[in-house]
Amino acid sequence: MNNILILCRKELKSYFASPIAYGLMAFFALVCGYFFYAATAIFVMRSTDMMMMGRGMPMDVNEWVVRPVMMNVSVIGLFIIPMITMRLFAEEKKTGTIELLATSPIRDLEIITGKWLAAVILFLCILLISALDLSILFLYGKPEWRPILISYLGLLLQGSCLLAIGTFISNTTRNQIIAGVGTFAICLMLWVLDWVAAYSTTATGKVLAYLSVMGHFESFAKGVLDTKDVVYYASVIFFGLFLTARSMESLRWRA
Amino acid sequence: MIKVENLTKRYARNVAVDGISFEVEKGQIVGFLGPNGAGKTTTMRVLTCFLPPTEGKAEVAGYDVIREPIEVKRRIGYLPETPPLYPEMEVSEYMEFVGKLKGVPRVDLARRVEEACERCHCEDVKAKLISRLSKGYRQRVGLAAAILHNPDVLILDEPTSALDPEQRRETLHLIKELGKEHTIILSTHVLPEVEQTCEKVIIINRGKLVATDTMENLNLRLRGAELVSVEVEGRNGALSHDAVKQKLETVDGVSRVTFKENRNNRLVFTVESAQGRPVRADLARAVVQSDWNLIELHSMGLSLEEIFLQLMASDKAAAGGAK
Repeated sequence: MNNILILCRKELKSYFASPIAYGLMAFFALVCGYFFYAATAIFVMRSTDMMMMGRGMPMDVNEWVVRPVMMNVSVIGLFIIPMITMRLFAEEKKTGTIELLATSPIRDLEIITGKWLAAVILFLCILLISALDLSILFLYGKPEWRPILISYLGLLLQGSCLLAIGTFISNTTRNQIIAGVGTFAICLMLWVLDWVAAYSTTATGKVLAYLSVMGHFESFAKGVLDTKDVVYYASVIFFGLFLTARSMESLRWRA
Repeated sequence: MIKVENLTKRYARNVAVDGISFEVEKGQIVGFLGPNGAGKTTTMRVLTCFLPPTEGKAEVAGYDVIREPIEVKRRIGYLPETPPLYPEMEVSEYMEFVGKLKGVPRVDLARRVEEACERCHCEDVKAKLISRLSKGYRQRVGLAAAILHNPDVLILDEPTSALDPEQRRETLHLIKELGKEHTIILSTHVLPEVEQTCEKVIIINRGKLVATDTMENLNLRLRGAELVSVEVEGRNGALSHDAVKQKLETVDGVSRVTFKENRNNRLVFTVESAQGRPVRADLARAVVQSDWNLIELHSMGLSLEEIFLQLMASDKAAAGGAK
């Protein structure tokens, strides 16, 4: 446990010592701010329309602003995650610092978990920037905070599982670009798996739909906490980290 | 302290280390020699548990590198060829990180970092970013990090390769000093360094063990021929080097005379003698009797370099013969 924290702190330091963390935060703040602005603008337009038409039903802020913003944030995550994970192992392999870690009295899994945890924390820091946007809603309205919290949990879980996959990809190469592109490709595939599923009623289609990262996020975005989805994310995280450990060992034997 | 038995490491296409066996006792400083690609680094990596051996056994302090890697790693300080440094860290930050990684108790950490930096002469860069350090300082920081947790065994892969002569001397001195408490294996291809620091030499070539012996034995074993340098001057006017050469060749026991150079009308020769025949006295007499001035006469001995080359040559011949 202690070793995990040592590694995690070191990774976080190097994220924040380089422009990566700040660059990603700035990118996220910009894009997320734009989506938030677009969502609120649409909301305001719609609600004035509604009022003019004389229908008294008030529109739900959670449904019309928070949910689309959260869905968009999860898409932005797709672009951010490869940039977070690509350096995790690839850089250490290139500069040879992996030799220090691999010849220190710590276990592979501790190295991997520490690095992954640092990536998760950075991802959380980036996510929280969107909370600044959403907090504006509380100034002018009364959105429900519980569904918001749940969708953040969903974003974090979804991010963590893609980060675990990214950690694995980064471990398979010493080239950061390849690690980044590979992670992006795999994340994108996991993302769009359920598109096919919508038109397929076969068992394969159902399995594919279940594997889709996006499919499991929808209920979170609605503010529903479903154990089925939590289990899915937890198992992908476990699987990703496990694969990383295996690949570290197999690379050692093949090297 | 270190026991290697029949160690083999095969990569996908080639054999890096082929059935090497050697032992290193506690407190020894061992020089690990071989041309590039001989398998030095691979052997070191196996000993540090970075790579598992394909066949054979390696033990450090009684622990097997495959079965108990954590225990082995606890007892080893390793400095790879390029020191594993994080450029974005400050030196003191890096040292603390390494200390924690190696399991140095928190209460001792500051003191250990202080000591290690002092021993490796890098206290004055402690507040600097590693990316700003010169190559020599990086090497020192790497060495300081390797001795930080006071390991029983130090494995140094070309520890002096990036240093200037002054630093080189200091580092070798430091290694000698460290050798009083630690068992050290250092690889290098700068042979005089080995002569200065090591008690024992392990020579490998193309993955195979060529020789393993103490420095003295190695010298004795291979001191077949004696090399003598002779400098001669004509008493009146220039000398023809052919004449001198002929004269020297007539001396009993001399097997070969080579003319080296002409330094302001002083002729320098290298004389090789057959095994076990001291020729210096006879050479001196021959020169003086011919009415020439003997300026200088000294035995050159065999440097490790020549030993090394001889061993390589005989190894090659043996390999050729086997085919």
